[in-house]
Amino acid sequence: MRREPPQTPGDYAPLLFPAAMLTIFFVVPFGTMIAVSFFQRQQGGFYTPAFVFDNYARFLSAFFGGVLGFSLMLAITVAICCVVLALPFTYMLTRMSRKVQVVWLVALLSILSLSEVIIGFAWSTLFSRTAGITNILVALGIMAEAKALTPSFGAVLTGMVYQAFPYTVLVLFPALVRLDPTLTEAARTLGASPLKAFFTVVVPALRNTITATLIMVFIFALGSYLLPQLLGRPQHWTLSVLITDQAIYQSNMPFAAAMAVFLVLVTLGLVALTVIAGRKGEAA
Amino acid sequence: MTSIFRRAYFFAIGLFLSLPLIVVAGVSVNQKQTLAFPPQGFSLSWYGEIFLNPEWRNALFASVTLAVLSAALAVAIALPLSWFLWRRIAPWANIFQLLGVAPFTLPPVITALGMLTFWATVGSYGQPWTAVVSHAIFFVTLPLVTLSLGFTSIDRSLVEAASTMGADERTIFRTVVLPLILPYIVSGYAFAFVLSLNEYIVAYMTVGFTVETLPIKIFNALRYGYTPTMASVTVLFVTTAAVIFGLVARFGDLPKLLGAMSTDGK
Repeated sequence: MRREPPQTPGDYAPLLFPAAMLTIFFVVPFGTMIAVSFFQRQQGGFYTPAFVFDNYARFLSAFFGGVLGFSLMLAITVAICCVVLALPFTYMLTRMSRKVQVVWLVALLSILSLSEVIIGFAWSTLFSRTAGITNILVALGIMAEAKALTPSFGAVLTGMVYQAFPYTVLVLFPALVRLDPTLTEAARTLGASPLKAFFTVVVPALRNTITATLIMVFIFALGSYLLPQLLGRPQHWTLSVLITDQAIYQSNMPFAAAMAVFLVLVTLGLVALTVIAGRKGEAA
Repeated sequence: MTSIFRRAYFFAIGLFLSLPLIVVAGVSVNQKQTLAFPPQGFSLSWYGEIFLNPEWRNALFASVTLAVLSAALAVAIALPLSWFLWRRIAPWANIFQLLGVAPFTLPPVITALGMLTFWATVGSYGQPWTAVVSHAIFFVTLPLVTLSLGFTSIDRSLVEAASTMGADERTIFRTVVLPLILPYIVSGYAFAFVLSLNEYIVAYMTVGFTVETLPIKIFNALRYGYTPTMASVTVLFVTTAAVIFGLVARFGDLPKLLGAMSTDGK
């Protein structure tokens, strides 16, 4: 049966339910959130319809600037760490037997699907004084006594890299599978060492993929809302944490909504960049 | 790359990925109510606790119910949509594909906050079913992407043959399309199910004050009193995810599924 344009209104019937669901429960909530971001906050956690820019004006404070700067810096650091770790890993994974690939992919998917709560709990245990890695170091005689490694910036970064690493591998995987193996073979035949072939042939060939992956992991890391809270101090809180905090604990919905709208704009801008990077990749 | 380097690198990554889980597994078998590692004594009672302690059992029940229903709803939204896009030429309908992928691409806090303001505005805030709808929308991306991939892999001449031999649209769907697309429905459902089981922020912002799902319960336990049950639940979750994805890999083509997922959806 060939694809054909819908002939009768009845042909649109299958579209009805999905379109209604997505419109009512995604477009409308999204619009509600944007509307609320312009609302006036009342004392006691309520808000009244209005059209004020107060919630956006609060962005102009030094505190907010600091949080935004920190969020961006943290997400960039996570993205770079993940891509640097995942690129050679994924490259080697795609050159392995199918069986080994499947085992690793199942493991990576299992970790990727883990709740942030669970990742946060696992790492806070690993970094704790009573059950942490420092106990192993003490047992080996490297450290004098066990100590807690959390809360700290290093703990937040480690937790977030742990969370984003499987995602990075899965984003890189399709591009690396399709990478022409004769490219590296040619380099090897011409006398390049495997390492040299990787850096002079594979990495440049994947330049656009790497850029796109960096941006996608950056967006992914920007969405982390619990790890900075569970593994860091308040100065390590990110925009996502702040939004949750304002919405739930400070009951300031309009301000939370305004921050969320801002976060959407940042994300959409980055998605547009990814698409442009992807287009260039196809053209090349 | 040389084989020794490769082995060492894979070992290091494997260690990094498994270390937290090893420690958590160790903590989960502590004899007393302590989060010590290496564990003091050995006991599986914290696994029993998940099912015997009414609080944890209710949380488990709430999470599983939520995941079963929301994944089913997500598939129910994704199946007709992806079928329509495969069957018809209607470029403007791609907007719904985009809408289906959007919640998953944006930071989760955004969807969560959108849902919170929405349910609060319509006055259903805190109703358990709102979490089902919210999760279904949040995770509709997964069945949508697997199903779109599944439809592109169907040979159109099969459908054409059935049509020439007189089968109507309904019969074709039931006897030709459905059997071919079934593996993709199952894997789409499985992905949505596992992620819904683990999801925290959307569930918390929609029904956090009325229903306690397992991730919410773990988070609350993190704040108000540690117990090794948190560790045993974690082990249970990791095992569940590994078993489900293992089954998807066993009965489907996982590398292909993932190979296309990233180009298609994300």
